[in-house]
Amino acid sequence: MRSLKPQMQFATLAQQTETAQLGMWVFIATEVMFFGVLFFAYTVYRASYPEQFRLAGHDTQLLLGSINVAILLTSSLTMVLAINAAREQRDRMAAGLLLATAALGLAFIGIKGYEYLLDYQAQSVPRLDYVFKPGQGGPTELFWMFYFIATGVHAIHLSIGIVLVLIMAWRARRGAFSRAYHAPLEVVGLYWSFVDIVWVFLFAAIYPLGRGGT
Amino acid sequence: MTSIAAELPSNYLTREHTVRSWLLTTDHKRIALLFFASITFFFFVGGFAATLIRLHLVNPAGTLLQPDMYNRMFTMHGIVMVWFFLIPSIPATLGNFLLPLMIGAHDLAFPRLNLASWYVFNISGALAIYFLLAGGVDTGWTFYTPFSTMYSNGHVMAAAAAVFVNGFSTIMTALNFVVTTHRLRAPGMTFMRLPLFVWAIYATSLVMLLATPVLAMTLALMAIERGLHVGIFDPALGGDPLLFQHLFWFYSHPAVYIMILPAFGVISEVITCFARKRIFGYEGMVWAMMAIAIIGFLVWGHHMFVAGISIYAAILYSVMTFIVAVPSAIKVFNWIATLHGGSIRFDAPMLYALGFIGLFTTGGLTGLIIATVAIDVHVTDTYFIVAHFHYIMVGGAVTAYFAGLHYWWPKITGRLYPEIWARGAALLIFVGFNLTFFPQFILGYLGMPRRYYAYPPEFQVWHVLSSAGASILAVAYVLPLFYLAWSLVYGAKAGPNPWRATGLEWRSASPPPAHNFSGTPFVTTGPYRYNTTDDGYVSQDGSAGA
Repeated sequence: MRSLKPQMQFATLAQQTETAQLGMWVFIATEVMFFGVLFFAYTVYRASYPEQFRLAGHDTQLLLGSINVAILLTSSLTMVLAINAAREQRDRMAAGLLLATAALGLAFIGIKGYEYLLDYQAQSVPRLDYVFKPGQGGPTELFWMFYFIATGVHAIHLSIGIVLVLIMAWRARRGAFSRAYHAPLEVVGLYWSFVDIVWVFLFAAIYPLGRGGT
Repeated sequence: MTSIAAELPSNYLTREHTVRSWLLTTDHKRIALLFFASITFFFFVGGFAATLIRLHLVNPAGTLLQPDMYNRMFTMHGIVMVWFFLIPSIPATLGNFLLPLMIGAHDLAFPRLNLASWYVFNISGALAIYFLLAGGVDTGWTFYTPFSTMYSNGHVMAAAAAVFVNGFSTIMTALNFVVTTHRLRAPGMTFMRLPLFVWAIYATSLVMLLATPVLAMTLALMAIERGLHVGIFDPALGGDPLLFQHLFWFYSHPAVYIMILPAFGVISEVITCFARKRIFGYEGMVWAMMAIAIIGFLVWGHHMFVAGISIYAAILYSVMTFIVAVPSAIKVFNWIATLHGGSIRFDAPMLYALGFIGLFTTGGLTGLIIATVAIDVHVTDTYFIVAHFHYIMVGGAVTAYFAGLHYWWPKITGRLYPEIWARGAALLIFVGFNLTFFPQFILGYLGMPRRYYAYPPEFQVWHVLSSAGASILAVAYVLPLFYLAWSLVYGAKAGPNPWRATGLEWRSASPPPAHNFSGTPFVTTGPYRYNTTDDGYVSQDGSAGA
């Protein structure tokens, strides 16, 4: 299973690994632009309606959002440890750490789902049964549109990441990786960390802004 | 050195014959041909819509289409031609085929991703066919809100889905090209030895990678708003429809460069080969293309001069637009300087390339006219704009696509096409194109708005001229289909290097074998070492052709 022959288009395994990594970095660049649209539009509206966005931000679940930051940052740690274990061909260890990574990802999704439920109960879901709270106008509904679109797109990315990590766990368990060849694992790790970082930025943009003072 | 060009018993076409071997191929050359089949189909779909539009406009009251159907036709023409023909045209076919060959690689970095890109393209194509057959869309290709989100009763969602999915294909292909250029160059192939076509595809891919995701997210937001009847461009909630335009043109202006940069690459290869003279200012050409790719991201606001942006923003966008014209002009001057003192041969690819220079320059110079805010206010949304961008997209990009298709046809198929027919088609395209679109400059200057299905009778003579030109153009575009197909069976064998060109692709057989080269080429010199006096040349692997 530890295949050490590079694919036809590469001269060496090292070249193949570097190529795979560059591929993921380039893909991440496209993702930055993809999420960038949301951050840009959000910033424009936040600057246009600071008071309304501040009011709407009050109704977000700061504690749950913060717990999710901790969960994802921890999952990036287990991801890196898994890569190290795979390099040393400690296959069971690597697979176990990858399973832990996926479990943390699932925990994030679970908490996020619970948060959506609370948002629904607070009647903060646009279109469904959105209710303006005292002092709120149209832009607060815009805030919630951003909230659901951005966190929703992030959750989709995370779900894809969980599937990839589970596949990697299965391959690690079967001994597919070695010091010479663990490119798929590293590439998935890059993706995972990117999704993690997106959440850090989303958290900062959505939850804490404007909570000081009142 | 001769081992590279050694004739192998089978080539990429004859190695396997089953349908399965084509549908599951990971050979970049076969995938290029698959893309070629797909985009040729859409070229004629988009052309069909254009034909109906031009027929309709022969009479001031309209002849053929109901107003609503007219709107759907120009929308279909725009969407199909932009996303299903022009954007993939040169990169996905010629780029796919040639990039690995030119840099001395055995394939692209990610061959399966390359195949996936073709399937994703066809899925988006199927969505496009669906929205066309279901009744079409009447928003124009720009999907402006709030019309697209609130009022349009066309199949906006299906159209947006088609364009959204199409973007994945674009990104997959572009990612493959960028990574391949960085990691798979043959020994000795430094960046400053890359053929300009490779540089063009590389610059194009960078723009694709950074612009396409913006379109994807923007269209997704538009579709969400249309589907839920509440959304972030909704003015009722304080949302800003102008924001949609900013985001849309942040993609769609760079998309213009996605369409024209590959054309620059093709023209650079053809001009230098048929002038038998090294390209003038190679490094300048490289930096000009990179400058266009970068500055092209900073000019989108010139599509919005009358949309309600501030006059100061408009002035800045205007200035940036003038600045991006500088590298474009550098390229035109360098092509002309290459021709100067060259030993010029007027083969079919060269005729297309020379036509390109004239048409692109016309399109570019009129671009400066409308980059001037005061004039643009007068001609915004008139036929002047239509004529301008068709000179760039059709006169420029499509003509260059045909130049490249003819130039590399012997490499792709191993056959020579009938030269006299090819030259005839090149001339016919040039004549037909100018007759179609030059009258539209005049129409626009006189005040004829675009996208109107009827018009005052005094404009009729120009519309009739334009439609007459379009009929010539239609014939000229169909002609190559026949003589190129004919050449597949009856064309003379081309041999590895019929044009005596310097690129590594000509050091492989025609058609090339499955993995391009039997060994790994070793590059010892830059491209375009042509000799005007004795017609000699030096290939990039150092071998001399007498």
